[in-house]
Amino acid sequence: MEKFSILKSRAAFLIGDNINTDMIIPMDRYVLAERKDLHQFAFEPLRFLPDGSKNPDFILNKNLFVGCKILIVGHNFGCGSSREAAVWAIFGLGIRCIIGRSFGSIFFNNCFQNGILPIILEEKSIEEVMSVAALFSKDNFLSVNLIDNQIASFQNQLWNFSTEHYRRIQLMEGLDDITLTLQKIKEIEEFKKQDVIKRPWVYLRKDN
Amino acid sequence: MIKSFFEKVWSQNIVASLSKDVFIMHIDRNFIHDLSGAVALSSILKKNYKVGYPELTFACPDHTVSTDPNSKHQGERYLRCVNPLRKMSHQEGIHYFDFDDDQFGIIHVVGPETGLSFPGALIVCGDSHTCTHGGLGALAWGIGASEVGHALVTGTIIQKKPKSLNVSIVGTLAPGVVAKDLILNLIAREGVAVGDNFAVEFSGSAIRQLSVEGRMTICNMAIEMGSKIGMVAPDDKTFEFLAGREYSPKGKMWESAIGNWKELKSDEGSKFDKEIYLSANKVVPQISWGTSPEHTIGVDEIIPDPLEEVDKKKRDALAAAIEYTNLRPGTPIEGVSIDRVFLGSCTNSRIEDLVEASLLIKGRKVCSKVEAWVVPGSRQVKQEAERRGLDKVFANAGFQWREPGCSMCVGSNGELMSKGMRCVSTSNRNFIGRQGEGSYTHLGSPLTAVASAIKGVITDPRKLIS
Repeated sequence: MEKFSILKSRAAFLIGDNINTDMIIPMDRYVLAERKDLHQFAFEPLRFLPDGSKNPDFILNKNLFVGCKILIVGHNFGCGSSREAAVWAIFGLGIRCIIGRSFGSIFFNNCFQNGILPIILEEKSIEEVMSVAALFSKDNFLSVNLIDNQIASFQNQLWNFSTEHYRRIQLMEGLDDITLTLQKIKEIEEFKKQDVIKRPWVYLRKDN
Repeated sequence: MIKSFFEKVWSQNIVASLSKDVFIMHIDRNFIHDLSGAVALSSILKKNYKVGYPELTFACPDHTVSTDPNSKHQGERYLRCVNPLRKMSHQEGIHYFDFDDDQFGIIHVVGPETGLSFPGALIVCGDSHTCTHGGLGALAWGIGASEVGHALVTGTIIQKKPKSLNVSIVGTLAPGVVAKDLILNLIAREGVAVGDNFAVEFSGSAIRQLSVEGRMTICNMAIEMGSKIGMVAPDDKTFEFLAGREYSPKGKMWESAIGNWKELKSDEGSKFDKEIYLSANKVVPQISWGTSPEHTIGVDEIIPDPLEEVDKKKRDALAAAIEYTNLRPGTPIEGVSIDRVFLGSCTNSRIEDLVEASLLIKGRKVCSKVEAWVVPGSRQVKQEAERRGLDKVFANAGFQWREPGCSMCVGSNGELMSKGMRCVSTSNRNFIGRQGEGSYTHLGSPLTAVASAIKGVITDPRKLIS
């Protein structure tokens, strides 16, 4: 997994709450497209018009915002289904950080699994960050610093955020969950040894 | 020490802590299916990992199988998803419920009815409606494909402990009003984000009065209020439901399990981070009108006018939903013409749903312009329904009686509506394009679905109750 420490990029923003995973990647694309191609269909219902042409009003279709690595969103972004393809599609667009008011909880976990940093900010801060992102200036970059847990604008406004310690280390080191957990295999086996006495009905035999 | 139901179940499954509130949790049941399950299995095998605990893992290809009774089960979706899942499951020693097996069905229906799901069980599955198993008192949540991979290899899941939300629902449901209406009403009132980062316990007299099936319907839609975990503490109804099921403990083991399960309830005086109250007495049959489950009203109400919303952001969202669904604000939702009816999904495809719905049919026919489907949640549900003659009741009235699977709840098997079509659906999401590009979904109970199928328009089921 890619390591994450400091990310500097122009930020795009999506107005509106409750953007669900069906909106981020429609089911048929998830089932039938290859993972590497999913970004072509990211936000498909918003990014494209019914005739298949690009929606010129959608922010990620505007030249200034193509290739943005930061996306600012509202409430409950990524709600709905558990499909990780939603994160894969967004990752494929080059986005590495999503700043939002709140996130769908499965989507939130899926971000960390793929090297994307999801940041939760208060309403007021979200509004401020969005207004800064909307300013027309060729130097308009946001800088997201995971070492200091801080976001800085090109005008040096600062916003602090917090990230769960475990997830922060995981992103900064680019570590894979499985490797980390397997280091605790003794504790897992010890848990099972005691649990099989406490809750024997949990443990089915292979020939059951 | 006073502990809530959620606290008790959570602490039973902690293997290790990674930081103050992030834990490695033991997985009691790992359910995998043909989308995320197949993806996760092939990903871990490519990295030369093994499935750590196949005896606690169960595979069921519910998403991409066809529910057409005449299907030959071929085609791209099947080849991409079902065949690899079967092959890898067999290779790794994972129990695989094949399409023809008597236990096959939607995994969230199969788990409870086989006794694989039980009170206090920590269950994960790469599907957001895994919260359904909470109806039995399980701690169950949906995870992404990478997390499924972690679960397969390590038998554990890493999770930050959520905050607790108690939703107390008191009172009695009126005739024609069912569990689905309660949960839709709650979501309409509280919004789709109220449960973000919370584990929800549903409690109160109205929940106690519900059957275990009804509780599963409620918990199924916890994710639609933002919470990936929804739970109902087990009681005698739960134990009765599970007694004698194929995988349920038997004999002395059953007695000791019951002993543990009876303790799994919120102690008097339990504290929650948030509490919500709802009275069931005045809830009427609900129907969604828009593109989010919170866009829901009583079936006897009028479609909201965005202009009456003072908050600009909300007004814009309402206006966009109205525009998409092609409805007229300020007019009654009842009487809106429909083309399709879908009675199925992990929300409403259990035997109780089919029995209740069938009662409205006697002597009536599906309106000629409507294509109406019944998709039983599992083969066991289907067989039980057929034993009771319900297949004939539905078929004689003009419903298609189909094979079990997720079907057009999400259309991952290609069972979708055409553009411009309008469906009353007993499923859980009315997102844009969910049941087919440019199609419109109205969420409702099995009763509302059947009543609407008969009339050809969105219909208040109470009008068909004699």
